[in-house]
Amino acid sequence: MRIPCPTCGERDVGEFTYGGDATVARPAMDETDPAVWNRFVYDRENPRGAHLEFWQHTGGCRAWIKLQRNVLTHEVGASELVGPWSKPSEKDAQTKRQEPVE
Amino acid sequence: MSGYRLKSGGLVDRSKRLNFTFDGKRYGGFAGDTLASALLANGVSLFGRSFKYHRPRGVYSAGPEEPNALVTLRNAGRSEPNTKATVVELYEGLEAHSQNRWPNLQYDLLSINQIGGPMLVAGFYYKTFMGPTRKAWMLYEHFIRKAAGLGAASKEADPDRYEKSNLFCDVLVVGAGPAGLAAALAAGRAGARVVLADENAQAGGALLGEKEETIDSLPAQDWVAQSLAELAALPDVSIMPRTTVYGYYDHNVLGAVERVADHFATPNAHQARQKHWTIRCASVVLATGAIERPIVFDGNDKPGVMLADSARRFALRQGIAVGRKVVVFTNNDSAYRSAVDLKDAGVEIAAIVDPRGDLSSPLKGAVQTRGIRLLTAHVVTGAKGGNALKTVEIAPFNPESQTVGESREWIAADSLAVSGGWTPTIHLASQAGGKPVFNAEIASFVPGEALQNWRAAGACKGDLALKDCLSAGANAGALAAKDAGFASGTTPAFDVTLPAHAGSGGSLYPLWEVTRPKGPKGKKFVDLQHDVTAQDVRLAQCEGFESVEHLKRYTTLGMAADQGKTSNVNGLALMAAALERSIPEVGTTRFRPPYTPVALGALAGRETGFHISPVRRTPMHDLHVKAGADMLTAGQWMRPQVYRKSGEDVFDAYVREARRVREGVGMVDVSTLGKIDVQGPDAQEFLNRVYSNGFKTLAVGKARYGLMLREDGCLFDDGTTWRLGETRYLMTTTTANAAGVLSHLEFLLATVWPEMRVQVTSVTEQWAGIAVAGPKSRALLQSVIEDLDLSNEGVPFMGVCPATLDDIPVLVARLSFSGELAYEVYAGSNYGAALWEKLMLAGEAYDLVPYGTEALGTLRIEKGHVAGPELDGRTTARDLGLGGMTSRKKHYIGRPLMEREALNEDNRQRLVGVISSNGTPLRAGSHLVEGKTAEQPGRSLGHVSSTTYSPAIDKFIALALLEGGWEENKDRRLFAADPLRGGHDPVEVVSPCFFDKDGSRMHV
Repeated sequence: MRIPCPTCGERDVGEFTYGGDATVARPAMDETDPAVWNRFVYDRENPRGAHLEFWQHTGGCRAWIKLQRNVLTHEVGASELVGPWSKPSEKDAQTKRQEPVE
Repeated sequence: MSGYRLKSGGLVDRSKRLNFTFDGKRYGGFAGDTLASALLANGVSLFGRSFKYHRPRGVYSAGPEEPNALVTLRNAGRSEPNTKATVVELYEGLEAHSQNRWPNLQYDLLSINQIGGPMLVAGFYYKTFMGPTRKAWMLYEHFIRKAAGLGAASKEADPDRYEKSNLFCDVLVVGAGPAGLAAALAAGRAGARVVLADENAQAGGALLGEKEETIDSLPAQDWVAQSLAELAALPDVSIMPRTTVYGYYDHNVLGAVERVADHFATPNAHQARQKHWTIRCASVVLATGAIERPIVFDGNDKPGVMLADSARRFALRQGIAVGRKVVVFTNNDSAYRSAVDLKDAGVEIAAIVDPRGDLSSPLKGAVQTRGIRLLTAHVVTGAKGGNALKTVEIAPFNPESQTVGESREWIAADSLAVSGGWTPTIHLASQAGGKPVFNAEIASFVPGEALQNWRAAGACKGDLALKDCLSAGANAGALAAKDAGFASGTTPAFDVTLPAHAGSGGSLYPLWEVTRPKGPKGKKFVDLQHDVTAQDVRLAQCEGFESVEHLKRYTTLGMAADQGKTSNVNGLALMAAALERSIPEVGTTRFRPPYTPVALGALAGRETGFHISPVRRTPMHDLHVKAGADMLTAGQWMRPQVYRKSGEDVFDAYVREARRVREGVGMVDVSTLGKIDVQGPDAQEFLNRVYSNGFKTLAVGKARYGLMLREDGCLFDDGTTWRLGETRYLMTTTTANAAGVLSHLEFLLATVWPEMRVQVTSVTEQWAGIAVAGPKSRALLQSVIEDLDLSNEGVPFMGVCPATLDDIPVLVARLSFSGELAYEVYAGSNYGAALWEKLMLAGEAYDLVPYGTEALGTLRIEKGHVAGPELDGRTTARDLGLGGMTSRKKHYIGRPLMEREALNEDNRQRLVGVISSNGTPLRAGSHLVEGKTAEQPGRSLGHVSSTTYSPAIDKFIALALLEGGWEENKDRRLFAADPLRGGHDPVEVVSPCFFDKDGSRMHV
């Protein structure tokens, strides 16, 4: 499996560490409802098809990226940097494009 | 079978004689022989015993599909079980042994299994032993496992070296037969970076040894040589012989094993035995050819029965006659070449038996002019013989009604060459994800739709004719190059001439199994390697295992080391017949890597033994070794366990070291602690969110012990964080968790709080750290530090100050893991060794003792300080008595779920201290129980996590996690039960802090 790193280019999966479902958003810090936190920590969709995932290029630039990956066909799609390094305007546009397709 | 070497012919070098042994007996062969051909040349017909029934077996093929002729090659650490004799290149001094026989191959006592045969059907062991008789399985398993099987693995270490490497190319061509060569030429001429891999020593595939074909007016051999020369001259083409591409993975990543030195007795100096290649390429051409398949009839496994084209290959490549009297049994034209070529080489062909009613006239002519007896509309109904084939039984056959006549004829023969048609080698294509499709013309599966960038060409795709192979190969090579961005010119047309008896591809009469209308019903094997019979397939169907996946698992058809290369399609056909469905309706299973077995050594490469993972050493490592420390690995780190003096064992040493720390002063290398530099205007707020205790009030020049939780509220890590400046902190983590904590912080900064102006950097290896602990630590340090007052006022508890030790710039932090007055002294890594030496030297006046991880553990356990064994991923801060460090005034990672009711119940397992009541050392992992005896331990109430002997209180003590905590249990009489290792000892439950409960010693 090969993963495109936005800064390093296409690299072998062995250089990356999986970081979980990237469609889950962390609740606000002051959220107190345990049910909301429970959903955030434990509830995961497992769609047969397109997934949006966090990966870290631990054996390379250490960037956290969002990766489009199809667990049915094993196809790997586009990836983008997350964090302060991705430009806000671009980031918004990419996020929209990268919503998993049912 | 009594094979022999023909007077002439073959590609072997008859001037180069090689000696070898089989089961200790000496034989001779020639350079260019395989082990199988050399044994055949010596008249050996018996190669091994079968998996389940211990039936005598000979050689069945001439290639990697071999199900029978498995041997153990070499000896001792180099011994290689289950090696196919048909692919072993002969070398001087080769040593091979037969397998699965006792006492020897000729007289195998376990062949008695043949008599019990009707019982040993599919599912026999499950039916017999998995019900009420399960206990019997326990009793007999050892004997059953011994009776069934293949060769045994060596228990000695392999002395040879294996390597791993990566390879990138535009076009990978798998198979260097006609299609592969044409593909590589087309792609190479277009300018693509091409790798041409072939499992054989010599390229050429089906053309190897051919004498009659011509391609573009050149004899086939010359065309191969010319093609190889052209490929070798192209700058970006590499040819990899003896390289099996065994696996096709996602994103055009393929695995291959190059047998660099398998054709030598031992590798040459500095040479690897095998090399594993990870190949990444833009596009793949699969030119993997096809494998001939058997026909199923009674006794079709007798030594002497073999595939027709393999018999021919032995003649053309090694100049071997597989027998003195050969019967050919075929349902298609291809085996006529075997008959004719063997006859022309001087071998007697007793008959050709063909179920088909009629033949094309060139074929008939070729047979008749040679005076070969041709029996059309006949089938072989049985083969007889003991350790070698003696007679072949034939009967008339009506191809229209598909019925076998009742009359019989017996033909004396020592070899029976069978062809049931050709099965394309679709393994890699199937692995790559394309669902195979059935091709009725060749009655077999061919590669389906390509889900990755590959294309099949030649026999692998079902094109059996040479001309089609060549043009399909050239076409595929050009298209593959084009996919990789290399435009190519027109693909060449090939001019091919074939001998008259080559026959045509589309002439197959699908015949899978021959059944006598009456008479004995002997064993008819579908899967020769796993001893699966036609009856087993029908039994599976009867018992409801109808899907191919169930058929495979229930009968183990195709699950042997050969992955059913010769049995797969026959098995499916028989299942289809039993179900009265078509073969495509029954379907096929997906092939999995590897195509042929891969040595574990090749997968491991150099990553064995010492090299299994990187070794991390602290800057003071050499000094520890010089001081005679026992070095122990902690994760990847090498750490001193104890500094033993002469006559001491580990126990004596750590007790002495720990005692010295409490009485005087000791020092320990703590450079392995994870260290993360946290900087930025928002660093303070960031730390306040990731630690459960407050960090807002931490002043510059102070350190604070912090707890880090996971989002689910359990403890993640602990450590001290030092505020070095307004916006700069140095965070320490546990040794084991350093990488995990860094990733966690990076994740939060990237995905949750991207607006925070904080940067985190690992500085673990930039700092060397030494903890100096004990009542005399202050005096010792003050003797070497002039520019800092180390008094309680100068450096208060948890104070962090820069200083100069001799001339080394250091950070001095007043932290204590041992519970004593203690300081941690940090310096840049390059100063580490000098710092250690200076302290050792200055310490002489104070009787300073260096201590290792063992005493470090003793000191912290005495104090009830938690570490890795307690932070086991299931404990909360409250469980470990650290509930006071979870703030109620702020929001931080893990708080909402930490507050869940179940995590705060009083009966949760909590940290306690445990003292051995009878003076027996406690063992980590023991369970705390109420039962007084080892036989009746009762329910586990918790477990012992960290243990030591405590010099401070002169007892064996431990930290443990126990339901309800220590106050609930302090009057209970409990036992530490260790049923696995033995041990059931009474313990006393106490507070986890065994020593200096008010902490006065570290606050002086």
